[in-house]
Amino acid sequence: MSPSDYTDQVPVYAPPPEGHVSHSRLERVLRAGRFAVTAELNPPDSADPSDVFDAAQPLGEVADAINATDASGANCHMSSIGISALLTRAGYSTVYQISCRDRNRIAIQGDVLGAAAMGVTNVLCLTGDGVGVGDQPGAKPVFDFDSLTLLRTIRTMRDQGMFLSGRKITRPPQMFLGAAENPCIHPQDWRPDRLAKKVEAGAEFIQTNYIYDIPLFEKFMARVRDMGLDKRVYILAGVGPLASAKAARWMRSNVPGIHVPDPLIDRMEKAEKPGAEGKKICIELIQQIREIKGVAGVHVMAYRREHQVSEIILESGVLEGRKSRRRAAGPE
Amino acid sequence: MYRARLFAIRHSRKFEWIYKRVEQVMVALDPVFAKIGYGRVERPIALVEQGIKTVLFDCKMCGQCVLSSTGMSCPMNCPKELRNGPCGGVREGGYCEVKPWMKCVWSLAWDGAARMKDGDKIREVLPPVDRSLKGSSSWLRVSREKAAKLREAREASRTAVAEAFPEARAIEPSSAPLAEEPASAVNREVLKK
Ligand code: SF4
Repeated sequence: MSPSDYTDQVPVYAPPPEGHVSHSRLERVLRAGRFAVTAELNPPDSADPSDVFDAAQPLGEVADAINATDASGANCHMSSIGISALLTRAGYSTVYQISCRDRNRIAIQGDVLGAAAMGVTNVLCLTGDGVGVGDQPGAKPVFDFDSLTLLRTIRTMRDQGMFLSGRKITRPPQMFLGAAENPCIHPQDWRPDRLAKKVEAGAEFIQTNYIYDIPLFEKFMARVRDMGLDKRVYILAGVGPLASAKAARWMRSNVPGIHVPDPLIDRMEKAEKPGAEGKKICIELIQQIREIKGVAGVHVMAYRREHQVSEIILESGVLEGRKSRRRAAGPE
Repeated sequence: MYRARLFAIRHSRKFEWIYKRVEQVMVALDPVFAKIGYGRVERPIALVEQGIKTVLFDCKMCGQCVLSSTGMSCPMNCPKELRNGPCGGVREGGYCEVKPWMKCVWSLAWDGAARMKDGDKIREVLPPVDRSLKGSSSWLRVSREKAAKLREAREASRTAVAEAFPEARAIEPSSAPLAEEPASAVNREVLKK
Protein backbone atom coordinates (compact mmCIF):
# COMPACT_ATOMS: atom_id res chain seq x y z
CA MET A 1 0.00 0.00 0.00
CA SER A 2 1.20 3.50 -0.70
CA PRO A 3 0.86 6.14 2.01
CA SER A 4 -2.12 7.69 0.24
CA ASP A 5 -4.09 4.49 0.78
CA TYR A 6 -4.21 5.25 4.47
CA THR A 7 -5.66 8.72 4.15
CA ASP A 8 -9.24 7.53 4.47
CA GLN A 9 -8.38 6.17 7.90
CA VAL A 10 -7.11 9.44 9.30
CA PRO A 11 -8.96 12.74 9.51
CA VAL A 12 -8.49 15.52 6.99
CA TYR A 13 -7.38 18.73 8.65
CA ALA A 14 -10.20 21.24 8.36
CA PRO A 15 -11.50 24.22 10.35
CA PRO A 16 -14.04 23.37 13.06
CA PRO A 17 -17.74 24.19 12.58
CA GLU A 18 -18.92 27.74 13.30
CA GLY A 19 -18.98 28.50 17.01
CA HIS A 20 -16.95 25.40 17.90
CA VAL A 21 -13.32 24.88 18.79
CA SER A 22 -13.09 21.32 17.53
CA HIS A 23 -14.78 18.60 15.53
CA SER A 24 -15.75 16.88 18.76
CA ARG A 25 -19.14 15.23 18.93
CA LEU A 26 -19.18 15.82 22.67
CA GLU A 27 -18.72 19.54 22.08
CA ARG A 28 -21.59 19.53 19.58
CA VAL A 29 -23.94 17.73 21.94
CA LEU A 30 -23.09 20.07 24.82
CA ARG A 31 -23.33 23.27 22.80
CA ALA A 32 -26.69 22.10 21.50
CA GLY A 33 -27.85 22.04 25.11
CA ARG A 34 -28.44 18.29 25.29
CA PHE A 35 -27.70 16.24 28.39
CA ALA A 36 -24.41 14.54 27.53
CA VAL A 37 -23.16 11.13 28.61
CA THR A 38 -19.53 10.09 28.77
CA ALA A 39 -18.18 6.78 30.06
CA GLU A 40 -14.83 5.57 31.25
CA LEU A 41 -13.18 2.61 29.58
CA ASN A 42 -11.26 0.06 31.60
CA PRO A 43 -7.94 -0.06 29.71
CA PRO A 44 -6.64 -3.53 28.86
CA ASP A 45 -3.33 -4.98 30.02
CA SER A 46 -2.70 -6.27 26.54
CA ALA A 47 -1.44 -5.25 23.13
CA ASP A 48 -4.40 -6.73 21.27
CA PRO A 49 -6.62 -4.07 19.66
CA SER A 50 -9.66 -6.32 19.88
CA ASP A 51 -9.46 -6.07 23.67
CA VAL A 52 -9.95 -2.33 23.30
CA PHE A 53 -12.90 -2.77 20.97
CA ASP A 54 -14.49 -5.33 23.28
CA ALA A 55 -14.18 -2.97 26.21
CA ALA A 56 -15.65 -0.06 24.23
CA GLN A 57 -18.61 -1.97 22.87
CA PRO A 58 -20.90 -1.80 25.94
CA LEU A 59 -20.08 1.88 26.46
CA GLY A 60 -20.40 3.04 22.88
CA GLU A 61 -24.11 2.27 22.82
CA VAL A 62 -24.92 5.12 25.16
CA ALA A 63 -21.89 7.39 25.47
CA ASP A 64 -21.24 10.54 23.48
CA ALA A 65 -17.57 10.05 24.20
CA ILE A 66 -15.44 7.35 25.80
CA ASN A 67 -12.70 8.32 28.25
CA ALA A 68 -9.41 6.52 27.83
CA THR A 69 -7.70 6.79 31.22
CA ASP A 70 -4.01 7.54 31.51
CA ALA A 71 -2.62 5.02 34.00
CA SER A 72 -5.24 6.02 36.53
CA GLY A 73 -4.38 5.29 40.13
CA ALA A 74 -0.77 5.15 38.88
CA ASN A 75 -1.35 1.62 37.59
CA CYS A 76 0.20 0.70 34.28
CA HIS A 77 -2.18 -0.18 31.39
CA MET A 78 -2.40 0.43 27.66
CA SER A 79 -1.79 4.13 27.01
CA SER A 80 -4.58 6.64 26.57
CA ILE A 81 -3.19 7.85 23.27
CA GLY A 82 -3.12 4.31 21.88
CA ILE A 83 -6.68 3.56 22.95
CA SER A 84 -7.92 6.92 21.68
CA ALA A 85 -6.32 6.39 18.29
CA LEU A 86 -7.82 2.92 17.92
CA LEU A 87 -11.30 3.94 19.01
CA THR A 88 -11.33 7.03 16.83
CA ARG A 89 -10.69 4.84 13.82
CA ALA A 90 -13.55 2.59 14.82
CA GLY A 91 -15.89 5.56 14.84
CA TYR A 92 -16.08 6.30 18.55
CA SER A 93 -15.56 9.74 19.99
CA THR A 94 -12.94 9.61 22.71
CA VAL A 95 -11.61 11.72 25.54
CA TYR A 96 -7.85 11.52 25.62
CA GLN A 97 -6.64 11.85 29.23
CA ILE A 98 -3.29 13.34 30.12
CA SER A 99 -1.91 13.02 33.61
CA CYS A 100 0.96 15.28 34.64
CA ARG A 101 2.46 12.51 36.72
CA ASP A 102 4.26 10.66 33.97
CA ARG A 103 5.40 13.11 31.32
CA ASN A 104 7.20 16.42 31.13
CA ARG A 105 6.22 19.40 29.00
CA ILE A 106 8.25 18.32 26.00
CA ALA A 107 6.59 14.91 25.81
CA ILE A 108 3.11 16.26 26.47
CA GLN A 109 3.12 18.96 23.79
CA GLY A 110 4.34 16.44 21.25
CA ASP A 111 1.70 13.90 22.27
CA VAL A 112 -1.04 16.49 21.90
CA LEU A 113 -0.06 17.07 18.28
CA GLY A 114 0.15 13.33 17.68
CA ALA A 115 -3.24 12.67 19.24
CA ALA A 116 -4.88 15.49 17.28
CA ALA A 117 -3.39 14.17 14.05
CA MET A 118 -4.93 10.79 14.78
CA GLY A 119 -8.35 12.35 15.14
CA VAL A 120 -8.64 12.84 18.87
CA THR A 121 -10.86 15.85 19.55
CA ASN A 122 -11.34 15.88 23.34
CA VAL A 123 -8.63 16.07 25.94
CA LEU A 124 -8.92 15.85 29.72
CA CYS A 125 -6.11 17.51 31.68
CA LEU A 126 -5.36 15.86 35.02
CA THR A 127 -2.81 16.27 37.75
CA GLY A 128 -2.74 12.53 38.39
CA ASP A 129 -2.53 10.40 41.53
CA GLY A 130 0.80 10.05 43.29
CA VAL A 131 2.93 7.09 42.16
CA GLY A 132 2.79 5.58 45.63
CA VAL A 133 -0.75 4.23 45.27
CA GLY A 134 -0.02 2.38 42.03
CA ASP A 135 1.57 -0.89 41.05
CA GLN A 136 5.01 0.66 40.61
CA PRO A 137 5.60 2.88 43.63
CA GLY A 138 9.30 3.17 42.83
CA ALA A 139 8.66 5.22 39.71
CA LYS A 140 9.84 8.81 39.39
CA PRO A 141 6.92 11.22 39.73
CA VAL A 142 7.27 13.90 37.06
CA PHE A 143 4.65 16.61 37.74
CA ASP A 144 6.42 19.10 35.49
CA PHE A 145 3.04 20.73 34.80
CA ASP A 146 -0.06 20.78 36.93
CA SER A 147 -3.52 20.39 35.42
CA LEU A 148 -3.94 24.16 35.06
CA THR A 149 -0.65 24.90 33.38
CA LEU A 150 -1.38 21.93 31.13
CA LEU A 151 -4.77 23.37 30.18
CA ARG A 152 -3.30 26.77 29.46
CA THR A 153 -0.53 25.22 27.41
CA ILE A 154 -2.86 23.26 25.15
CA ARG A 155 -5.10 26.27 24.78
CA THR A 156 -2.08 28.31 23.73
CA MET A 157 -1.15 25.63 21.22
CA ARG A 158 -4.68 25.63 19.84
CA ASP A 159 -5.60 29.33 19.88
CA GLN A 160 -2.24 31.01 19.46
CA GLY A 161 -0.77 28.27 17.33
CA MET A 162 2.46 27.95 19.22
CA PHE A 163 4.38 25.83 21.67
CA LEU A 164 5.25 27.26 25.07
CA SER A 165 8.66 28.09 23.66
CA GLY A 166 7.01 30.44 21.20
CA ARG A 167 7.82 28.26 18.21
CA LYS A 168 5.05 28.31 15.67
CA ILE A 169 2.74 25.34 15.05
CA THR A 170 1.73 25.35 11.41
CA ARG A 171 -1.53 23.44 11.95
CA PRO A 172 -2.71 23.81 15.54
CA PRO A 173 -4.45 20.93 17.34
CA GLN A 174 -8.22 21.42 17.47
CA MET A 175 -9.31 20.04 20.78
CA PHE A 176 -12.18 20.52 23.16
CA LEU A 177 -10.50 21.13 26.53
CA GLY A 178 -11.55 19.36 29.67
CA ALA A 179 -10.50 19.16 33.29
CA ALA A 180 -11.51 17.23 36.37
CA GLU A 181 -13.01 18.49 39.60
CA ASN A 182 -13.68 16.86 42.93
CA PRO A 183 -16.54 18.75 44.61
CA CYS A 184 -17.02 16.48 47.63
CA ILE A 185 -13.42 16.44 48.79
CA HIS A 186 -11.56 18.75 51.17
CA PRO A 187 -11.24 21.78 50.97
CA GLN A 188 -14.88 21.92 49.86
CA ASP A 189 -15.09 25.67 50.46
CA TRP A 190 -12.36 26.36 47.95
CA ARG A 191 -13.35 23.84 45.28
CA PRO A 192 -15.56 26.27 43.33
CA ASP A 193 -12.75 28.82 43.38
CA ARG A 194 -10.35 26.33 41.97
CA LEU A 195 -12.91 25.46 39.31
CA ALA A 196 -12.96 29.14 38.37
CA LYS A 197 -9.20 28.99 37.98
CA LYS A 198 -9.51 25.99 35.72
CA VAL A 199 -11.99 27.81 33.52
CA GLU A 200 -9.59 30.74 33.47
CA ALA A 201 -6.82 28.38 32.42
CA GLY A 202 -8.88 27.10 29.49
CA ALA A 203 -11.28 24.36 30.61
CA GLU A 204 -14.40 24.10 28.44
CA PHE A 205 -15.86 20.99 30.03
CA ILE A 206 -15.47 19.38 33.45
CA GLN A 207 -15.81 15.75 34.44
CA THR A 208 -16.09 15.38 38.18
CA ASN A 209 -14.97 12.52 40.36
CA TYR A 210 -17.66 10.25 41.84
CA ILE A 211 -20.62 12.10 43.35
CA TYR A 212 -22.29 10.00 46.04
CA ASP A 213 -23.20 12.89 48.33
CA ILE A 214 -25.97 14.87 46.65
CA PRO A 215 -26.40 17.59 49.34
CA LEU A 216 -22.67 18.30 49.22
CA PHE A 217 -22.75 18.46 45.43
CA GLU A 218 -25.77 20.73 45.49
CA LYS A 219 -23.93 23.11 47.76
CA PHE A 220 -21.01 23.11 45.36
CA MET A 221 -23.26 23.75 42.38
CA ALA A 222 -25.00 26.62 44.17
CA ARG A 223 -21.64 28.36 44.58
CA VAL A 224 -20.78 27.53 40.97
CA ARG A 225 -23.99 29.16 39.77
CA ASP A 226 -23.43 32.21 41.99
CA MET A 227 -20.05 32.64 40.38
CA GLY A 228 -21.62 32.26 36.95
CA LEU A 229 -19.37 29.34 36.14
CA ASP A 230 -22.15 27.09 34.85
CA LYS A 231 -22.47 29.53 31.95
CA ARG A 232 -18.79 29.30 31.10
CA VAL A 233 -18.10 25.58 31.40
CA TYR A 234 -20.05 22.36 30.85
CA ILE A 235 -20.11 20.28 34.00
CA LEU A 236 -20.52 16.51 33.76
CA ALA A 237 -21.08 14.91 37.14
CA GLY A 238 -19.24 11.66 37.84
CA VAL A 239 -21.30 8.61 38.79
CA GLY A 240 -20.74 4.89 39.08
CA PRO A 241 -22.39 1.76 40.48
CA LEU A 242 -21.00 0.43 43.74
CA ALA A 243 -20.28 -3.31 43.66
CA SER A 244 -20.73 -4.07 47.36
CA ALA A 245 -20.41 -2.46 50.77
CA LYS A 246 -16.96 -4.00 51.14
CA ALA A 247 -15.78 -2.65 47.79
CA ALA A 248 -17.15 0.79 48.63
CA ARG A 249 -15.24 0.84 51.92
CA TRP A 250 -12.09 -0.32 50.24
CA MET A 251 -12.40 2.33 47.57
CA ARG A 252 -13.00 5.01 50.16
CA SER A 253 -9.84 4.24 52.07
CA ASN A 254 -7.54 3.20 49.22
CA VAL A 255 -8.36 5.28 46.17
CA PRO A 256 -7.44 8.95 46.56
CA GLY A 257 -10.28 11.46 46.36
CA ILE A 258 -13.36 9.29 46.81
CA HIS A 259 -16.07 10.16 49.29
CA VAL A 260 -18.92 7.69 49.94
CA PRO A 261 -21.30 8.68 52.76
CA ASP A 262 -22.05 6.06 55.43
CA PRO A 263 -25.84 5.81 54.84
CA LEU A 264 -25.13 4.66 51.30
CA ILE A 265 -22.75 1.98 52.49
CA ASP A 266 -25.35 0.84 55.03
CA ARG A 267 -27.87 0.55 52.27
CA MET A 268 -25.48 -1.61 50.26
CA GLU A 269 -24.81 -3.71 53.35
CA LYS A 270 -28.49 -4.46 53.84
CA ALA A 271 -29.23 -5.22 50.20
CA GLU A 272 -29.84 -8.84 49.26
CA LYS A 273 -28.37 -8.41 45.83
CA PRO A 274 -25.64 -5.78 46.20
CA GLY A 275 -24.95 -5.67 42.45
CA ALA A 276 -28.54 -4.78 41.60
CA GLU A 277 -28.74 -2.34 44.51
CA GLY A 278 -25.58 -0.58 43.35
CA LYS A 279 -27.09 -0.15 39.94
CA LYS A 280 -30.34 1.16 41.41
CA ILE A 281 -28.50 3.70 43.55
CA CYS A 282 -26.56 4.83 40.51
CA ILE A 283 -29.75 5.40 38.50
CA GLU A 284 -31.27 7.35 41.39
CA LEU A 285 -28.15 9.50 41.66
CA ILE A 286 -28.25 10.27 37.94
CA GLN A 287 -31.87 11.31 38.15
CA GLN A 288 -31.19 13.54 41.14
CA ILE A 289 -28.12 15.07 39.53
CA ARG A 290 -30.01 15.83 36.37
CA GLU A 291 -32.43 18.03 38.30
CA ILE A 292 -29.61 20.21 39.60
CA LYS A 293 -29.34 23.43 37.64
CA GLY A 294 -26.08 23.93 35.81
CA VAL A 295 -25.25 20.27 35.30
CA ALA A 296 -24.69 19.50 31.61
CA GLY A 297 -24.31 15.73 31.72
CA VAL A 298 -23.00 12.69 33.51
CA HIS A 299 -19.71 10.85 33.35
CA VAL A 300 -20.08 7.14 34.17
CA MET A 301 -17.15 5.37 35.75
CA ALA A 302 -18.18 1.75 36.19
CA TYR A 303 -14.90 0.05 36.88
CA ARG A 304 -15.33 -3.70 36.25
CA ARG A 305 -19.09 -3.13 35.90
CA GLU A 306 -19.01 -1.86 32.33
CA HIS A 307 -21.77 -4.30 31.40
CA GLN A 308 -24.18 -2.25 33.52
CA VAL A 309 -23.46 1.09 31.87
CA SER A 310 -25.93 1.03 29.02
CA GLU A 311 -28.73 -0.32 31.26
CA ILE A 312 -28.05 2.38 33.80
CA ILE A 313 -28.15 5.15 31.23
CA LEU A 314 -31.18 3.81 29.38
CA GLU A 315 -33.15 3.20 32.57
CA SER A 316 -32.30 6.64 33.93
CA GLY A 317 -33.95 8.16 30.90
CA VAL A 318 -31.41 10.93 30.46
CA LEU A 319 -30.95 10.29 26.75
CA GLU A 320 -34.62 11.05 26.09
CA GLY A 321 -34.64 8.72 23.14
CA ARG A 322 -31.51 10.37 21.74
CA LYS A 323 -29.22 7.90 20.06
CA SER A 324 -25.56 8.41 20.82
CA ARG A 325 -24.32 5.41 18.96
CA ARG A 326 -21.08 5.47 17.11
CA ARG A 327 -20.84 6.59 13.54
CA ALA A 328 -19.56 4.46 10.70
CA ALA A 329 -15.87 3.69 11.04
CA GLY A 330 -13.44 6.38 9.99
CA PRO A 331 -12.41 9.78 11.26
CA GLU A 332 -14.93 12.05 12.95
CA MET B 1 10.57 23.11 59.45
CA TYR B 2 7.00 21.90 59.34
CA ARG B 3 6.00 23.69 62.56
CA ALA B 4 7.47 27.02 61.50
CA ARG B 5 5.83 26.68 58.13
CA LEU B 6 2.41 26.21 59.71
CA PHE B 7 3.11 29.23 61.91
CA ALA B 8 4.01 31.40 58.91
CA ILE B 9 0.85 30.41 57.09
CA ARG B 10 -1.28 31.07 60.13
CA HIS B 11 0.23 34.54 60.28
CA SER B 12 0.20 34.98 56.54
CA ARG B 13 -0.93 38.59 56.75
CA LYS B 14 2.05 39.62 58.88
CA PHE B 15 4.47 37.72 56.74
CA GLU B 16 2.98 39.25 53.64
CA TRP B 17 3.78 42.65 55.10
CA ILE B 18 7.34 41.69 56.02
CA TYR B 19 7.85 40.19 52.62
CA LYS B 20 6.76 43.37 50.91
CA ARG B 21 9.26 45.35 52.99
CA VAL B 22 12.05 42.99 52.03
CA GLU B 23 11.10 43.53 48.42
CA GLN B 24 11.25 47.30 48.81
CA VAL B 25 14.70 47.09 50.33
CA MET B 26 15.90 44.88 47.52
CA VAL B 27 14.57 47.28 44.92
CA ALA B 28 16.25 50.20 46.67
CA LEU B 29 19.51 48.30 46.61
CA ASP B 30 19.43 47.77 42.87
CA PRO B 31 22.08 50.42 42.11
CA VAL B 32 24.38 48.88 44.69
CA PHE B 33 23.97 45.40 43.31
CA ALA B 34 24.41 46.70 39.80
CA LYS B 35 27.66 48.35 40.81
CA ILE B 36 29.12 45.32 42.53
CA GLY B 37 27.70 43.13 39.80
CA TYR B 38 24.68 40.88 40.17
CA GLY B 39 26.79 37.89 39.38
CA ARG B 40 28.98 38.51 42.39
CA VAL B 41 26.20 39.09 44.92
CA GLU B 42 24.10 36.19 43.67
CA ARG B 43 25.76 33.48 45.74
CA PRO B 44 25.98 35.24 49.12
CA ILE B 45 22.45 36.58 48.85
CA ALA B 46 21.08 33.23 47.72
CA LEU B 47 22.71 31.66 50.78
CA VAL B 48 21.16 34.17 53.17
CA GLU B 49 17.81 33.81 51.48
CA GLN B 50 17.99 30.05 51.66
CA GLY B 51 18.88 30.13 55.34
CA ILE B 52 16.01 32.35 56.34
CA LYS B 53 13.37 30.90 54.06
CA THR B 54 14.20 27.28 54.76
CA VAL B 55 13.54 27.82 58.44
CA LEU B 56 10.38 29.84 57.92
CA PHE B 57 8.73 28.29 54.89
CA ASP B 58 10.58 25.04 54.15
CA CYS B 59 11.77 26.88 51.03
CA LYS B 60 13.18 24.70 48.28
CA MET B 61 14.90 27.56 46.43
CA CYS B 62 12.97 27.15 43.22
CA GLY B 63 14.29 30.58 42.23
CA GLN B 64 10.88 32.02 41.38
CA CYS B 65 9.22 32.69 44.68
CA VAL B 66 5.42 32.80 44.60
CA LEU B 67 4.73 32.87 48.35
CA SER B 68 2.75 36.10 48.05
CA SER B 69 0.39 34.35 45.61
CA THR B 70 0.03 31.19 47.66
CA GLY B 71 -0.96 32.34 51.13
CA MET B 72 2.71 32.14 52.24
CA SER B 73 2.50 28.34 51.87
CA CYS B 74 5.47 27.22 49.74
CA PRO B 75 4.04 25.10 46.91
CA MET B 76 7.32 23.26 46.39
CA ASN B 77 6.42 21.34 49.55
CA CYS B 78 3.49 19.79 47.74
CA PRO B 79 4.75 16.33 46.71
CA LYS B 80 3.28 16.99 43.28
CA GLU B 81 4.91 20.43 43.17
CA LEU B 82 1.64 21.92 41.98
CA ARG B 83 1.68 25.63 41.23
CA ASN B 84 -2.11 25.77 41.08
CA GLY B 85 -3.46 23.35 43.64
CA PRO B 86 -4.91 21.57 45.50
CA CYS B 87 -5.23 18.28 43.65
CA GLY B 88 -8.30 16.09 43.89
CA GLY B 89 -6.82 13.68 46.38
CA VAL B 90 -6.80 15.68 49.61
CA ARG B 91 -7.69 13.46 52.56
CA GLU B 92 -10.38 13.88 55.16
CA GLY B 93 -9.39 16.68 57.53
CA GLY B 94 -7.19 18.35 54.93
CA TYR B 95 -4.24 15.97 54.93
CA CYS B 96 -2.04 15.32 51.90
CA GLU B 97 -2.76 12.41 49.59
CA VAL B 98 0.91 11.50 49.19
CA LYS B 99 2.19 12.33 52.69
CA PRO B 100 -0.74 11.63 55.00
CA TRP B 101 1.02 13.04 58.08
CA MET B 102 1.27 16.47 56.50
CA LYS B 103 -1.47 19.07 55.98
CA CYS B 104 -2.17 19.68 52.30
CA VAL B 105 0.06 22.55 51.25
CA TRP B 106 -2.60 23.95 48.96
CA SER B 107 -5.48 23.64 51.34
CA LEU B 108 -3.38 25.75 53.74
CA ALA B 109 -2.49 28.09 50.91
CA TRP B 110 -6.11 29.01 50.19
CA ASP B 111 -6.78 29.52 53.89
CA GLY B 112 -3.65 31.63 54.20
CA ALA B 113 -4.52 33.71 51.16
CA ALA B 114 -7.93 34.49 52.59
CA ARG B 115 -6.16 36.23 55.50
CA MET B 116 -3.89 38.30 53.29
CA LYS B 117 -4.33 41.79 51.95
CA ASP B 118 -3.57 40.83 48.37
CA GLY B 119 -4.73 37.28 48.87
CA ASP B 120 -6.74 37.32 45.67
CA LYS B 121 -3.51 36.80 43.78
CA ILE B 122 -4.05 33.10 44.42
CA ARG B 123 -6.83 33.22 41.81
CA GLU B 124 -4.41 33.90 38.98
CA VAL B 125 -3.08 30.92 37.06
CA LEU B 126 0.61 30.65 37.86
CA PRO B 127 3.07 29.56 35.16
CA PRO B 128 4.81 26.20 35.30
CA VAL B 129 8.04 26.09 37.29
CA ASP B 130 11.11 27.01 35.29
CA ARG B 131 13.40 24.25 36.50
CA SER B 132 16.50 25.99 35.21
CA LEU B 133 16.21 28.63 37.93
CA LYS B 134 16.55 26.20 40.81
CA GLY B 135 18.99 27.45 43.43
CA SER B 136 19.03 31.08 42.32
CA SER B 137 17.91 33.95 44.53
CA SER B 138 14.33 35.12 44.21
CA TRP B 139 15.04 38.21 46.27
CA LEU B 140 17.63 39.43 43.83
CA ARG B 141 15.15 39.01 41.06
CA VAL B 142 13.01 41.72 42.60
CA SER B 143 15.69 44.34 42.30
CA ARG B 144 16.80 42.94 39.00
CA GLU B 145 13.25 43.36 37.76
CA LYS B 146 13.81 47.08 37.44
CA ALA B 147 16.96 46.67 35.46
CA ALA B 148 15.21 44.08 33.39
CA LYS B 149 12.81 46.67 32.09
CA LEU B 150 15.67 48.25 30.24
CA ARG B 151 16.28 44.99 28.53
CA GLU B 152 12.71 44.85 27.32
CA ALA B 153 13.68 44.36 23.72
CA ARG B 154 15.55 41.19 24.46
CA GLU B 155 12.65 39.83 26.41
CA ALA B 156 10.49 39.91 23.32
CA SER B 157 11.60 36.36 22.75
CA ARG B 158 9.92 35.30 25.95
CA THR B 159 6.51 36.61 25.15
CA ALA B 160 5.17 33.17 24.44
CA VAL B 161 5.20 32.14 28.07
CA ALA B 162 4.17 35.64 29.08
CA GLU B 163 1.15 35.60 26.85
CA ALA B 164 0.03 32.23 28.08
CA PHE B 165 0.56 33.17 31.72
CA PRO B 166 0.28 36.89 32.50
CA GLU B 167 2.03 36.22 35.79
CA ALA B 168 5.08 35.01 33.92
CA ARG B 169 6.18 38.52 33.02
CA ALA B 170 6.80 39.44 36.57
CA ILE B 171 8.60 36.29 37.45
CA GLU B 172 10.26 34.84 34.47
CA PRO B 173 12.36 37.51 32.80
CA SER B 174 13.58 38.98 36.04
CA SER B 175 14.70 35.71 37.48
CA ALA B 176 16.42 34.72 34.29
CA PRO B 177 20.08 33.75 34.41
CA LEU B 178 22.48 36.53 35.17
CA ALA B 179 24.73 36.11 32.18
CA GLU B 180 23.98 37.71 28.86
CA GLU B 181 21.94 35.38 26.77
CA PRO B 182 23.79 33.79 23.91
CA ALA B 183 22.64 35.17 20.58
CA SER B 184 21.53 31.70 19.56
CA ALA B 185 18.94 31.67 22.34
CA VAL B 186 17.16 34.69 20.93
CA ASN B 187 14.30 33.77 18.70
CA ARG B 188 15.01 35.62 15.48
CA GLU B 189 11.53 35.31 14.12
CA VAL B 190 10.12 37.17 17.06
CA LEU B 191 12.72 39.90 16.87
CA LYS B 192 12.04 40.49 13.21
CA LYS B 193 8.41 41.31 13.92
S1 SF4 C 1 -2.97 16.74 48.74
FE1 SF4 C 1 -2.25 18.88 48.63
S2 SF4 C 1 -0.07 18.80 49.17
FE2 SF4 C 1 -0.73 16.68 48.76
S3 SF4 C 1 -0.25 16.32 46.62
FE3 SF4 C 1 -2.37 17.05 46.64
S4 SF4 C 1 -2.23 19.29 46.42
FE4 SF4 C 1 -0.17 18.56 46.94
